Amino acid sequence: MNWLIAVLQTTLFVALAPLLAGWVKWCKCRLQNRKAPSLFQPYRDLLKLTNKQPVVAEQASWIFLIAPYIIFSATVLAATVVPLIAVDLPTSASADVIVMVGFFAFARFFLALAGLDIGTAFGGMGSSREMTISSLAEPAMLMAIFTLTMTASTTNLSFAITHVLNEGLVLRPSFVFALAALTLVAVAETGRIPVDNPATHLELTMIHEAMILEYSGRHLALIEWASQLKLMLYGVLIANIFFPWGIAATFSIQALGYGLLAIIGKLALLAVVLAIAETMVAKMRLFRVQEYLSFAYLLGLLGLLSHIILEAAR
Amino acid sequence: MILVLAYSAVLLSFFSGLLGLMMHRRQQLLEFSRNWFKKFPSENVHGQSMIAGYLEEKRFPVLLRKAVFVLLGLSGAFAILAGLSILIAREVVTDRIGLGLPWLPWHVRFDCLSGFFFLIIGIAVSAVSLYGPGYVNSYKESHHPFAVLSLFTGLFVTGMLLVLLADDAFFFMIAWELMSVASYFLVAFQHENPANRRAAFLYLLMAEVGALAIILGFGVLAGFADGFTFDAMRGAHLSTTWASIAFMLALLGFGMKAGIVPVHVWLPEAHPVAPSHISALMSGVMLKVALYGLIRFCFDLVGDVHWQWGVVLLILGTISALGGILYAMMQPNLKRLLAYSSVENIGIIFMVLGLSMIFMANGHPQLAALGFLAALFHAFNHALFKNLLFLGAGIIHHQTHQLNIDMMGGLIKKMPKTSMLFLIGCMSISSLPLFNGFVSEWLAFQTALQVDVLDNGVLRSLIPVAAAALALTAALAAACFVKVFGLIFLGQPRSHHCERAREVQDKGMLAGPALLAGLCFLFGIFPGPVISLINGVAGQLLGQTLPNDAALGWLWLAPVSTGQASYAPPLVLIGALIAAGVSFWYLRRNPSTVMRRAETWDCGFGGLTHRMQYSSSAFTMPFRRIFAKVWIIDEQIDKDMRGAMDQDVAAVHYQLQIQDHSWPRLYNPIQDGVNQLAKLVGRIQTGNIRVYLGYSFVTLIIMLWVVS
Repeated sequence: MNWLIAVLQTTLFVALAPLLAGWVKWCKCRLQNRKAPSLFQPYRDLLKLTNKQPVVAEQASWIFLIAPYIIFSATVLAATVVPLIAVDLPTSASADVIVMVGFFAFARFFLALAGLDIGTAFGGMGSSREMTISSLAEPAMLMAIFTLTMTASTTNLSFAITHVLNEGLVLRPSFVFALAALTLVAVAETGRIPVDNPATHLELTMIHEAMILEYSGRHLALIEWASQLKLMLYGVLIANIFFPWGIAATFSIQALGYGLLAIIGKLALLAVVLAIAETMVAKMRLFRVQEYLSFAYLLGLLGLLSHIILEAAR
Repeated sequence: MILVLAYSAVLLSFFSGLLGLMMHRRQQLLEFSRNWFKKFPSENVHGQSMIAGYLEEKRFPVLLRKAVFVLLGLSGAFAILAGLSILIAREVVTDRIGLGLPWLPWHVRFDCLSGFFFLIIGIAVSAVSLYGPGYVNSYKESHHPFAVLSLFTGLFVTGMLLVLLADDAFFFMIAWELMSVASYFLVAFQHENPANRRAAFLYLLMAEVGALAIILGFGVLAGFADGFTFDAMRGAHLSTTWASIAFMLALLGFGMKAGIVPVHVWLPEAHPVAPSHISALMSGVMLKVALYGLIRFCFDLVGDVHWQWGVVLLILGTISALGGILYAMMQPNLKRLLAYSSVENIGIIFMVLGLSMIFMANGHPQLAALGFLAALFHAFNHALFKNLLFLGAGIIHHQTHQLNIDMMGGLIKKMPKTSMLFLIGCMSISSLPLFNGFVSEWLAFQTALQVDVLDNGVLRSLIPVAAAALALTAALAAACFVKVFGLIFLGQPRSHHCERAREVQDKGMLAGPALLAGLCFLFGIFPGPVISLINGVAGQLLGQTLPNDAALGWLWLAPVSTGQASYAPPLVLIGALIAAGVSFWYLRRNPSTVMRRAETWDCGFGGLTHRMQYSSSAFTMPFRRIFAKVWIIDEQIDKDMRGAMDQDVAAVHYQLQIQDHSWPRLYNPIQDGVNQLAKLVGRIQTGNIRVYLGYSFVTLIIMLWVVS
């Protein structure tokens, strides 16, 4: 039963990720007084890409060809770890939250290699920038997560969320810091404004797009899908760690249904916040990103320290 | 029985060194065999002709090389057997050898800690001996005699193994010096280059200063004990002050060998100039022997550790880890880069060892065992993947005659097997899940996260900061090795050498790294066996095993408790295979959408060249700007102008020099100080014999006065 729920959750993750991306786009369009594409446009794009014949650069080696599959599966694996509609996942035990960060690192490693593989300036530029940003973002993320894991004294995400759920509504200063840090990191890691802009192909600013410039067809579809999945993953992390209410603690149909509705509501709300933020904020210069991310790192560290000094003091 | 295995390993490595000396004794051997057959004429004509055939001019060197490495490999195999059997038996074996000083025979003790490091050395030496025969073929006998190389390789391995067996300070120092001096000759092997001689001298100098500190450390312990045997030292009771002095001396001595910042400077000089299989041994194994020394000294000989020592190790380790990887990132020379990355990994090990000490001193021996386990497991993993990477670097150097990664590129198509092995090494060292590097890092994080049990407020806030630094280190390491693999193997070739490079033909040269790569993957998926072995070490040394050692299975890794943290790499692997398989099957189902190859997008201008790719310095430029204070950066851009008014740029010259802060901050002042001192002393050296006679006379009178 547990494993069935885990598979169901993962499927939901994979299936709903494009919808979330479509919803963010829809909100942004409405906010910017544009006519919005259908909510299901990302699904159509993915379907179109999977049916097309991919064109691969002559220079590309096998790394370039297998990278999309690795990136996609690593992201899916990360998704299996995060409780979406119900806690008590068996998959959270087989890979805890540190392993989840490891999955992201795995995907990024191959994405950056694929960028370098074709031997163009754009690819190298994208890889270099991606690795720079992620090497600052990853520790900040770990700091935010450690705050949670030390509060719950477990690195198992299911148990940690259960712990927060059982504690009830307690305002913890450490969680406020951690929430802020994780939000900043999520924006950077999913390549949103102000760190990266998923909608442009401008050579001076692009990061993620520069690496995947040579991808087409099903390879591109996989990478796009993986990045939509990543956006949703970060959303779910923020929603379920800091506001876990509504998530199913038992496996009854009713509770699961509530859990699904709750997470859809929370994600929709978060997406609106993201869209508003993206509309209001301009993109940063590349070398301002470090300040932004070291701020996130500092917030994460402050969260951890305030947990240790204020909350767990003895 | 177990000791016999260990002795065989030592003797075999020693004999492999001696056998190499036969290289120039072919004529004598020939004569000897003739005389032998004259004296004892036998019916076995076939045997005679076979031996004569072996001694032919062409075949002899090839056979001898093989024989030397076979002996070395056997020594490695015996070391593995000895280590495994003691780790499984969980015993302590002691012995005495009647060598050495007449009143002080060599004491031998073989316990789980020694056994574990025997295992590390055994694996590394086995891989190197598979790799060696092919690699040394490229050395010309007249310039780089094989006899020298093999003699000192044998002595070097013997020395390392003896260090692990030693149970008294004299024997320990003799073995230690054997290891240091033999490796000095190996570093100086290609001595025709002045830079190599300088590197070797620097190495020798630092090795000897370190050895001096270790001797003093032992001296402090021996002063409170009644003898130089380790048993006596274990029984000694030191005051906190003296114990701390002994600890600082040992830290300086062993840290110098291990390559802790700021006494790491010999590593990036010495490792690149030694032959690759030797740098693999030095970086993968010798640093571990230094680690062994420190663990033996602190946890075993001194006995009760203090938390302040743990803090010192934690801080030094953090600085080394961060500094090591940041410096590694900036190196264009592949082997220098790997040497700096060793500094990083040793830093991580020291950090976790420091955590272990802190927990130990604060009365949490179970968590101390966890930290100890993480430290030793990382040491084990580092030996595997760093050896793999150094051997890979050796193959690349062998095939392209380059070590500058800015001159490489596109090797994945020319050397597919090497690239696969090197990729596994890069993934392990970047601590990606499914590989062994990740497991030890995961354990390190788990240790750091247990900080809640401590009472001391300073420690409680210090350890998370160190954990943050560890996270940053891991992320930077991933960036560094993306750069390494990407620039060497991917993209377009950046030089003619790389364009013409071919896959290495010698099977052994691939088999050595393949063995290590296989182990990296195997222990990434099934870390359980190694962890239960190390658990035995912790049980013997700390008197405490893991909190949850019942849960140590082949499937699950739950060192504290299943509720707190767990990791099941086999399940993760199955999940990854399912996810990748499903997406692959789904997307490849339609044969009409098989991919098409086309020209790389060149923005419509045409003619992409290899010079348009990102180079090493370009890739790391953002890091250079962000962490600018870490290095001494000397960046120069010169433009050649042309045209009537000098208005056109003909060529741009870019130069980048990255220097280590420790030279101007630490070593140059010391050097100046020594020179100053020498000048002062020089004043009394007038060169006049009457003055010197006067000195002798005055000394004599003072001595007489002192005596009376």
